Amino acid sequence: MVAGWFTKSDDEEGFRLLGTRCGACSAVFFPREDALCRNPACAGGVLTEVALSKRGRVWSYTDGRYRPPAPYVSDPESGWQPYTLLAVELAAERMVVLGQAVPGVTVADLSVGTEVEVVPGILSEDADTVWTTWQWRPVEEER
Amino acid sequence: MNEVAVLGAGMHPWGKWGRSFIEYGTAAARAALADAGIGWADVRSVVGAGTIRCGYPGHVAGAAFAQALGWQGTRVTSVYAACASGAQAIDTARAQILSGIAEVVLVVGADSAPKGFFAPAGGDRPDDPDWLRFRLLGATNPAYFALYARRRMALHGDTPDDFARVKVKNAAAGALNPYARYRTAVSAGQVAASPVVADPLRLLDVCATSDGGAALVLSSMEYARRHGAGDPVRIRAVSTVTPVYPRTEPGLPDIATDSAVAAGPPAPGFRESIARAAYEEAALGPEDLSLAEVYDLSTALELQWYEDLGLCPEGEGAGLLRDGATALGGRIPVNASGGLASFGEAVPAQAIAQVCELTWQLRGTAGERQVTGARAGMTANQGLFGHGSAVVAVS
Repeated sequence: MVAGWFTKSDDEEGFRLLGTRCGACSAVFFPREDALCRNPACAGGVLTEVALSKRGRVWSYTDGRYRPPAPYVSDPESGWQPYTLLAVELAAERMVVLGQAVPGVTVADLSVGTEVEVVPGILSEDADTVWTTWQWRPVEEER
Repeated sequence: MNEVAVLGAGMHPWGKWGRSFIEYGTAAARAALADAGIGWADVRSVVGAGTIRCGYPGHVAGAAFAQALGWQGTRVTSVYAACASGAQAIDTARAQILSGIAEVVLVVGADSAPKGFFAPAGGDRPDDPDWLRFRLLGATNPAYFALYARRRMALHGDTPDDFARVKVKNAAAGALNPYARYRTAVSAGQVAASPVVADPLRLLDVCATSDGGAALVLSSMEYARRHGAGDPVRIRAVSTVTPVYPRTEPGLPDIATDSAVAAGPPAPGFRESIARAAYEEAALGPEDLSLAEVYDLSTALELQWYEDLGLCPEGEGAGLLRDGATALGGRIPVNASGGLASFGEAVPAQAIAQVCELTWQLRGTAGERQVTGARAGMTANQGLFGHGSAVVAVS
């Protein structure tokens, strides 16, 4: 559905969001910008694919207590389980990227500044297809 | 000064009436024409603010209203810019008047909003960021408002109680407005008891979707004088600016911000730049305002506007509210109309309705919600995808 937005790897360690970087001004774009650099001060460079930082810090967060409308996929027959939505600041790219948190993480587990990392997750699935996506997961304290 | 006169203002009451947007717009237009004391046949240009949720006629709103009012061969324009549609319609009318293309222009916006969350148009459209944010993230409009609200809590120490105070204030004003959908006082306890929509925002922190319509009759100053309106309310500035790259706050419907690697964040930020452009054009500053009408899509967002309009320094919006400065009777009342908290959102109508409220306030005819001695007012909002919108009116 969103070709080239993240690595195909199911390996959590190697999973990355994929953006593009302008060869002339170094601006980074996510979702990827493959046609033209959007920096108005840039004369225009070649845009090449770049893997974004695996880790970032929570810029803000919220959740969805009501079922969102289509095209969000959810089974109307089952009870609504709120998802958690994060806005994550990537230091190297100096940008904020939205994404859902991994299942089980609630707003009570988060605060602005919490370190998170990007991991593969399941957006939705039916009998034939599993749609994968990116999700943010709080980084466990390393001992 | 490049001023245009507001000859007439009219509205259809907001609510969930279940009728066509054309009916609301036509009613508002007739009210504005009656207020201006002119007939529909005197109008040589009509500008309709479009809606994407009413099918084909919504896209060509100008002609849809012209047909409903009765074809009379007038020049017609349709404008769509999401929440800024009404302001861009006003801007278009103003440009026609100032350039001499038209002397008197009818501006109309109206909507029949669906119940619940706004959603993108149907179909599989993975090239549309608005479709993608719903499909991939389930990110509704309130989800974005909640991200901003939580960020304010972390940065400025705002609390859910502060947010609730905005609702209490706006509901008190809305109770005095016959055009508002909700006309009852709301207590902080009622806000706190309402269900969470998107943490930290509750149902009474976010505005409803509504039906509604608003219209203005604008003219050249000369036409106004000829017409016996020697000292009309005037529109002195209309700001319709875009953001400056890189935009560093996640704006609807974006999934990510621009990167600030190649160029540092602009100063001022987007919302502030909307107000600055209007102040510059109007040759006024925040200290000159008697009142402001801002888009309180969420209670927390209203506090943000205080700062972006320069009514107080950054981070001090909640303090300004707590001091009572922005309530009716305060130093700078904000959303004397009751705001979206009391009206709900009828997208193409709301920016026009904000100017209707300024008009009545500046004429001194706003009844029980009148801001004493109002001389200058500003409206502010922003539309999806980066449409700035602010209007300055003076008396």
